[in-house]
Amino acid sequence: MNQVKSLSDWKMQSLESIQQQRPIYLDYQSTTPVDPLVLEQMLPYLTQEFGNPASRSHSYGWTAEEAVERARQQVADAIHADPKEIVWTSGATESTNLALKGAAHFYSGKGKHLITLRTEHKATLDTCRQLEREGFEVTYLDVQENGLVDLDAFVAALRPDTILASVLFVNNEIGVIQPMEEIGRILRERKILFHVDAVQALGKVPVDVEAIHADLMSLSGHKIYGPKGIGALYVRRKPRVRVEAQIHGGGHERGMRSGTLPTHQIVGMGAAAELAVQSMESDSRRIRQLRDRLWHGIQERVEEVYVNGDMEHRVPHNLNVSFAFVEGESLLMALKGIAVSSGSACTSASLEPSYVLRALGKSDELAHSSIRFGIGRYTTEEEIDTTIELIAAKVGKLRELSPLWEMHQEGIDLNSIQWAAH
Amino acid sequence: MAYSEKVIDHYENPRNVGSFDKGDESVGTGMVGAPACGDVMRLQIRVNEQGIIEDARFKTYGCGSAIASSSLVTEWVKGKTLDEAMTIKNSQIAEELELPPVKIHCSVLAEDAIKAAVQDYLQKHGGAAENHSVAAEAASH
Repeated sequence: MNQVKSLSDWKMQSLESIQQQRPIYLDYQSTTPVDPLVLEQMLPYLTQEFGNPASRSHSYGWTAEEAVERARQQVADAIHADPKEIVWTSGATESTNLALKGAAHFYSGKGKHLITLRTEHKATLDTCRQLEREGFEVTYLDVQENGLVDLDAFVAALRPDTILASVLFVNNEIGVIQPMEEIGRILRERKILFHVDAVQALGKVPVDVEAIHADLMSLSGHKIYGPKGIGALYVRRKPRVRVEAQIHGGGHERGMRSGTLPTHQIVGMGAAAELAVQSMESDSRRIRQLRDRLWHGIQERVEEVYVNGDMEHRVPHNLNVSFAFVEGESLLMALKGIAVSSGSACTSASLEPSYVLRALGKSDELAHSSIRFGIGRYTTEEEIDTTIELIAAKVGKLRELSPLWEMHQEGIDLNSIQWAAH
Repeated sequence: MAYSEKVIDHYENPRNVGSFDKGDESVGTGMVGAPACGDVMRLQIRVNEQGIIEDARFKTYGCGSAIASSSLVTEWVKGKTLDEAMTIKNSQIAEELELPPVKIHCSVLAEDAIKAAVQDYLQKHGGAAENHSVAAEAASH
């Protein structure tokens, strides 16, 4: 490794390595690099301004506290909330745990029922499973073929003892945008708490806790060009929403989440949130052009390709495509020059294909054949063009190897065959 | 996931890709797996009058390890008698390709493909399958 001499050197190196030296990064829904503008603001709080924000007796602490509160304001502004409604956490998984367990425990006297969708992030689904083990009841609603919730089915699933519903604003795998305003209105009318997982929404679509009547909202730093290891939970104050703490200690964050605040991470998340909102329009416009270029390019060059998830109610940052008759992991292996992810079973430890794609009613085969392209702030037109070339060549090669493709070419209906299940 | 060099080699330069005429009397075809499970292997053997496997072809829908496993067995069965081919074990395939535990099922599928191809050939030639402990459920695991 070369010695990094200055921050500007670092910026040059980091952008170069992102764009040239390594695989093309098209996995922005997995994580994002820290924006150099964000890093710049973080650095002083690792060295010079290292004080503990909880130290009330000297200027080291005061400076750190000021920085933390400034960041709290930035995150609050990004979602149209009050800074007092923001609780720092270690990341969105913790935020979701605190929201769901914290609210369920606090309001368990009111009811024992929660609602969520089958296509939620694992942080929500697994937390719900835990609540079920504790005696709560959870309804996991099916979604429509396009990935969107059916509002009539949603209303029908509500019960007198429903205390909370949790919905993913923008889906991490297929990028679809749920009708949050409608869901929020339905829940508010019935005084049911609304937890919103807005991790993939911030910086991609306008996020306004008032417009969607959110009571709790999970946010993450590293999906918005901020650092990993930092997240936030929005907890509404009017009308007041209560959550029972999950981590106990020094009573930080008004008792909702103890633990010394990581000033530099918080500063990074604040700066990233502000930047995300500022650059949302220009980023989205550019990214939409790149997404259209990618999709049209693939469609022109490759037959039997399908987009997973609604194409209209979707952020342009995500394109999830199934390449029929080709298995996803082998395609990933062929696409060494591109960093993407797949819904194929082989890429998961469980050997199960993507539960999100299966929830759309996609055949297992199409789930196995899916690739998620995540386009982001640093994606270039050249990278998209290279990706199209590679995809066309490699899908062609793998189809030559595929007995299913041969059968398809011969006009054999694969569904008519009795496969030996294994 | 890190792949062994042998898996990468077979994946990038697959041996004996293609098809024989299924209707040919000298050809045995075995197709195992299911699209829903993410892997389908089709192995074909061409058997000469001395009962020796002269040639083999495969096509596989599946992950890199599944492609490598089937590519490898096309090399291994060539020159073997049917009985010899039937002795190829999935553990040998897994060992040769250094498959991690999560990919062992790929080698199992390749072993099943050999059995299914031999079975098919034997059925074409008077169903001499009783000499072999191949059950129809060889393809299921």
